[in-house]
Amino acid sequence: MAGTNGTIISVNKVRKSYYRDTIEIPVLNNISINVPEGEFLALMGPSGSGKTTLLNLIAGIDRPDEGEVVVGGVNIAALSESELSKWRARHVGFVFQFYNLLPVLTAYENVELPLLLTNLSKKEKHEHVEFALKLVGLSDRMYNKPGQLSGGQEQRVAIARAVVTDPTILVADEPTGDLDKVSAAEIMELLDRLNKEYKKTIVMVTHDPRAAEKAHTVRHLEKGELT
Amino acid sequence: MFRIVIKNALRHVLRSSLTILGIAIAVIAFCLLRTVVTVWYSGIEVSAANRLITRQAVSFIFPLPYAYRDQIGRVDGVEQVSFANWFGGTYIDKKQFFARLAVDHETFFDVYPEFLISPEELQAFKRERNACVVGEDLVKRYGFKIGDIIQIEGDIFPGQWQFVVRGVYKPREPAIDPSNFLFRWDYLDERLRQDSPTRAGYVGWYIVKTKDAAATAQVSQNIDNLFANSRAETKTETERQFQQGFIAAFSAVIDAMNFISFVIIGIIMLVLGNTMIMSSRERTREYAVLKTIGFSGRQLLIMIAGESLLIAALGGLLGLLATFPSITFFQALMPKGFFPVFFIEPITIVLAVTAAILVGVVAAIFPVHRTLRTKIVEGLRFIG
Ligand SMILES: Nc1ncnc2c1ncn2[C@@H]1O[C@H](COP(=O)(O)OP(=O)(O)OP(=O)(O)O)[C@@H](O)[C@H]1O
Ligand SMILES: [Mg+2]
Repeated sequence: MAGTNGTIISVNKVRKSYYRDTIEIPVLNNISINVPEGEFLALMGPSGSGKTTLLNLIAGIDRPDEGEVVVGGVNIAALSESELSKWRARHVGFVFQFYNLLPVLTAYENVELPLLLTNLSKKEKHEHVEFALKLVGLSDRMYNKPGQLSGGQEQRVAIARAVVTDPTILVADEPTGDLDKVSAAEIMELLDRLNKEYKKTIVMVTHDPRAAEKAHTVRHLEKGELT
Repeated sequence: MFRIVIKNALRHVLRSSLTILGIAIAVIAFCLLRTVVTVWYSGIEVSAANRLITRQAVSFIFPLPYAYRDQIGRVDGVEQVSFANWFGGTYIDKKQFFARLAVDHETFFDVYPEFLISPEELQAFKRERNACVVGEDLVKRYGFKIGDIIQIEGDIFPGQWQFVVRGVYKPREPAIDPSNFLFRWDYLDERLRQDSPTRAGYVGWYIVKTKDAAATAQVSQNIDNLFANSRAETKTETERQFQQGFIAAFSAVIDAMNFISFVIIGIIMLVLGNTMIMSSRERTREYAVLKTIGFSGRQLLIMIAGESLLIAALGGLLGLLATFPSITFFQALMPKGFFPVFFIEPITIVLAVTAAILVGVVAAIFPVHRTLRTKIVEGLRFIG
C-alpha cells in the first residue's frame, strides 16, 4: 500500500489557482511535500494561504492545475470523477471544522453513512459503528441527533465517521477551530491516540499552536509556498 | 438510503405538510374538473353506433308528424323506429332537474338496450296508459315505489299530469343517465287531442335503429330525401353527432375547464419545485459532504428525486382519497339532477397519478442538476 521508503503521500510540484470571473488567484505555487506512513502532520499558516486547498488536493476532492498527488501509490489526479469518488470512500477519512454531520440522522446513522457504500453485512456494519463510537467515547449517545450534542461531541461523532471505514489517511481541516479549550484538548487527545495506537496517518490544518503541539511535524504555508 | 430520503422529506414537517396539502388540493381540483368534463361528454361516449336521430331540419324544438313513423320504417336498412318527445314540466319545484320524456312504450326499451328493465315491469308499462318508468336514481332521490302516483305540472304541455310508477330502470353502465322519467307518448297525445287538437299527432324526434352500423350515412340520406320538400323536412344524424351538436354550445367552457385542469398540474410543479429547490439549496453543504464521503452522483439523484417523488406521491394519494368525498360534496352543492351522471372515470385517476409522478420527477430536475454540478470544494464553502 505504501509507496517507496514508507512515503504514503507525495505531492510533487503542484500548482493551483482559482478564478474569480477571469482574474486568476494563484493559491498554491509549486508545492512539494512527502508524508511518511504513520505521520501526524500539522499545516499552519495565515488565513488565505492555501492550507485548505492543499488538504483538499491530498484528499482528492479537488484537482491540481499542474503537478501530481500520489497517495498510497495512486496518482489521484489521473483518476476519473467516479474512480476518485470510490477511491475517497475507501482511503480517506474527513474531519471538518464545522463537523458537517447530517442533522436528520442520529450519531449512529451518521457514523454508518460511509459504510452504506461498502459490501459489509448488516452485522459487520453494526460492529464497526459500535467500535468507532466506543473509540470516541460516545457509545451512550448513539441515538442522539447532532442537535442534541455539544460541539465537542459532534466533532467526536465526525471523527468516528471518518475512521469507521479504516481509511488509509485521515485529513482534518481545523478540527478544533470551532471548539472551546477543553473540547479542543479532548479532540487532540483523540487524534493523538488514533495516530499512536491505530497508526493512522493524519494531515491536519490548524491555526491553534496548542493543537499543533500534538503533531510530529509542523509545516508552514505562506503565500502559496511551504516553509 | 431510503431512511435518509424519508428523514429528509420530514425534516421541515410544516413545509412538507403544506406542500403535500397543496398537491392534494390540486389533485382534487384536477379530478373534479376532469370529472365535470367527462360527464359532459359521457352522453357521446355511450351513444350507440347504429342509432340515428331524425329531427326537424330547422330546429330540434319543432316537432315531426307521427305519420313519418311508418314511412321511416320502410326505408332500406332501417330495423326499428322509435320516438320521443321532450315534456319538460315541473316536479315539486323548479330546482328538481331530471329529464321527462314521452316515449313510445312499444319500442323504446328495444332501441335503448342500455336501459335495463325487468320483463314484468315492461309488461306493466305497456298495459297501462298513464304508466311511467323512472330511473333508479329518482328512486333514490324521491323514494318512488311501484304504484306511486307522480304529479307533474306541465309547461310545454300545460295542465296537471298524473302518472303511476310501473317500473324502474337501471343503467347498464355508469355513463348512462339513471334519472330519466319516461312515460307513454300515447297518453300525452290522447290528452292533446282533447285539449289542443292542433298539437296532437306530433313527436319530438325519431330514434332509428339501423341494421348495419356501417350504413348509417346512407340510411340518414335516404330518410332525409324521403321528406325533402315536404312541410317538415328532416335532419338525420347519428346519435353521436346529435349529442355533439347539443353540447357544442358549451364547448368553450369545456375547453376552458380542460385547459385549467392542466394549468393546475403546472402549478403543483411550481409548488413542489420550489420546495425542492429550497431544500436542496439549504443542503448544499450536506450534499457536498456526502460526495466527499464517496456517494456517487447517481446515489444523490436517487436521494433527491426519491424525496420529490415521495412528497408528490403522498400529496397525490391524499388528493385521490379526498377526491371521492369531494365529488359527492360537489354534487350535493349542485342543483339536484343537474349532472344526471356523475362518476370518476378510471382514466381521470390514471391521469392524476401520472401527473403526480410527473410532477415529482420534474420538480427534482433542477435541484438534482444543481447538486451534481456543484463542485465539492464549492459546496463545502457554501454558507446557506
Ligand atoms: N473555490 C474557490 N473559488 C475561488 N477562490 C477560492 C476558492 N477556494 C479558495 N479560494 C481562495 O484561495 C485562497 C486560499 O484559500 P484556502 O481556503 O485554501 O485558504 P486557507 O489557508 O485554508 O485559509 P483559512 O485559514 O481562512 O481557512 C483564498 O484567497 C480563497 O479566497
Ligand atoms: Mg481553510
